Amino acid sequence: MSTLEIKDLKVGIETEQGLKEILKGVNLTINTGETHAIMGPNGSGKSTLAATIAGHPRYIVTEGQILLDGKNVLEMSVDERAKAGLFLAMQYPVEIPGVTMTNFLRTAKTAIDGEAPSLRTWTKTVKGAMEELRIDPDFAARNVNEGFSGGEKKRVEILQLELFKPKFAVLDETDSGLDVDALKIVSEGVNRAQEQNEMGTLLITHYTRILRYIKPDFVHVFVDGHVAEQGGPELADRLEEEGYDRYLAKA
Amino acid sequence: MAESITTPRPKGAPLIAGFTEEGEDLSPLNLASANVSPLGGDAAKAHSHGGGNSGAKEASRAGRLSSFNPEDFPTLTGREEDWRFTPLKRLKGLDKLELDGAAAPQVRVVTEEGQDVLVETAALDDPRVAFLAPEDRVAANAFKGAGQATIVTIPEGVTGVRAVVTLRGEGLTPSAQHLVVIAAPGSESTVVLDHVGTAVLSQNVEIDVQEGARLNMVSLQRWDDDAVHASDQQARIGKDAYLKHTAVSFGGDLVRVTPSARFAAPGGEAHLFGLYFADAGQHLEHRLFVDHAAPKCTSRVLYKGALQGHDAHAVWIGDVLIRKEAGGTDSFEANKNLVLTDGARADSVPNLEIETGAIDGAGHSSTTGRFDDEHLFYLMARGIDEKTARRLVVRGFLNEIIQKIGVESIEEQLYAAIEAELAQTEI
Repeated sequence: MSTLEIKDLKVGIETEQGLKEILKGVNLTINTGETHAIMGPNGSGKSTLAATIAGHPRYIVTEGQILLDGKNVLEMSVDERAKAGLFLAMQYPVEIPGVTMTNFLRTAKTAIDGEAPSLRTWTKTVKGAMEELRIDPDFAARNVNEGFSGGEKKRVEILQLELFKPKFAVLDETDSGLDVDALKIVSEGVNRAQEQNEMGTLLITHYTRILRYIKPDFVHVFVDGHVAEQGGPELADRLEEEGYDRYLAKA
Repeated sequence: MAESITTPRPKGAPLIAGFTEEGEDLSPLNLASANVSPLGGDAAKAHSHGGGNSGAKEASRAGRLSSFNPEDFPTLTGREEDWRFTPLKRLKGLDKLELDGAAAPQVRVVTEEGQDVLVETAALDDPRVAFLAPEDRVAANAFKGAGQATIVTIPEGVTGVRAVVTLRGEGLTPSAQHLVVIAAPGSESTVVLDHVGTAVLSQNVEIDVQEGARLNMVSLQRWDDDAVHASDQQARIGKDAYLKHTAVSFGGDLVRVTPSARFAAPGGEAHLFGLYFADAGQHLEHRLFVDHAAPKCTSRVLYKGALQGHDAHAVWIGDVLIRKEAGGTDSFEANKNLVLTDGARADSVPNLEIETGAIDGAGHSSTTGRFDDEHLFYLMARGIDEKTARRLVVRGFLNEIIQKIGVESIEEQLYAAIEAELAQTEI
């Protein structure tokens, strides 16, 4: 079992008015095999948490720790974090000119595993995973995310999740912009990855809709840069009915 | 952002409205030296194809002046349509000095053993020389000064020829040079011009692809950092002849290659490819002209370039003219740029002129993409280290052209050159 610990994490971004604090002391512990949903209103810092875990240079950690099995994640470069087993499914995956999906997937897999995958089985594995996520086989020859629709980009994120087999996956609003069918397909992909790899999942979402397909073990309500409340799946149901107003009024 | 327009069978429009003005901009260098008012009045004039004050403006590429005498062309000001992107000061006098061939790069031709290739030196009034007149002052000046021509001939019916013409420059004395490549009827060959060392060189390369010949021509500009090179590479394409021309520009301070393909008889085919990698301070310019002056000819143009570093500047102009008599033409041109860092600038202007409606197809496309921190973050977040990420993107992007060259040893050299370019910049 692996553990991802976030301890008293404070994070800001540079603005013209100086450093603006977004995360104001986040504490969270996730074990492999668990699914944690992080829910909260817009602007509460959910995506900042995701990007900080992955190591996006825009976010500046001013205090606290992120530990993966006791190892200091904050000292790792972005690629080292991925190699250590962290995966971020991005909210807005970028288009990469000049690099085909095939080339990208193989290069990333080689980097993460430290050795090239066997060419024959790899091609088959990719093809199979694409089929399950209903991704058009032609996408393999296209440049990464180039000209993909919003829904297609999200599926390709989950494709990578299934192929790279991380210890911990952070899904940053993977459900946004998906229709019901796509949401189901994507959720099945996440569930498959979790079953097969004993993955720990941090599911960041604004809506409870995706929780019908991906069952969380824990729900954390994020308000104004910290966890305002936590509980089991029943907390999500309550949010569905009451919304975030209760927390916002308090804040 | 991608933009791609295809025009099947336009109804006799002489010019597709708006196309010629696309992406146009004056070079900031020339803008400054041309004493342009801050209000941009003169600049606005220079933008227009019909306006300007040089007196030599042409609405159509068809009307462009051609002459062997440099004095027939007005002194360059930087406001001319075909010089407006070029920093004239960095031409080191190639446009105005009296040149000779004394300091021109040494020509050495290497072929595989037993291959039948003729290399001769001839006077400029030799009947095989000067079949295509220069179209600008610098090229005409080179003709005037070159003194003699080196003629490389692939004899009639000879196939499988691989000839590498190494042009090694050894100093910065301005010089002129004239080369002629003749692919005699029915021949099949690859001819590589490999420019190395350093030079301040104005060069004319005439390419004669005769009836039924197939010529794969590659011009490598692998100069040292201080080289200045203007190279006019004009090709005449005979009946059912095939030319593949690839210009590869990596080195030099200022490189300006102007390849043209002129169809002289029906059934010809021209593939013009290009690859460039502009570093900080470098000016790499490629101006293409495809002249569909005969029916049933096919042309394909694809130039791809990467840019990195402060004041790296790439210019690509693609003029395609489909004349009245060129029924059954099939043409497409594209330019793609990849900007790797801030401070680099790519100008890309496709011009398509169509004088007949009876064509099979004509189109153009121009895209300029950026590789930025978000791309890098995405790739690194998948475990790919920074160096590999850049290499992946640039190699992937430029690969398409390298593969089209079809000469293995050159492909390897180019991959190595790209690696070296990438290693140069610490980003």
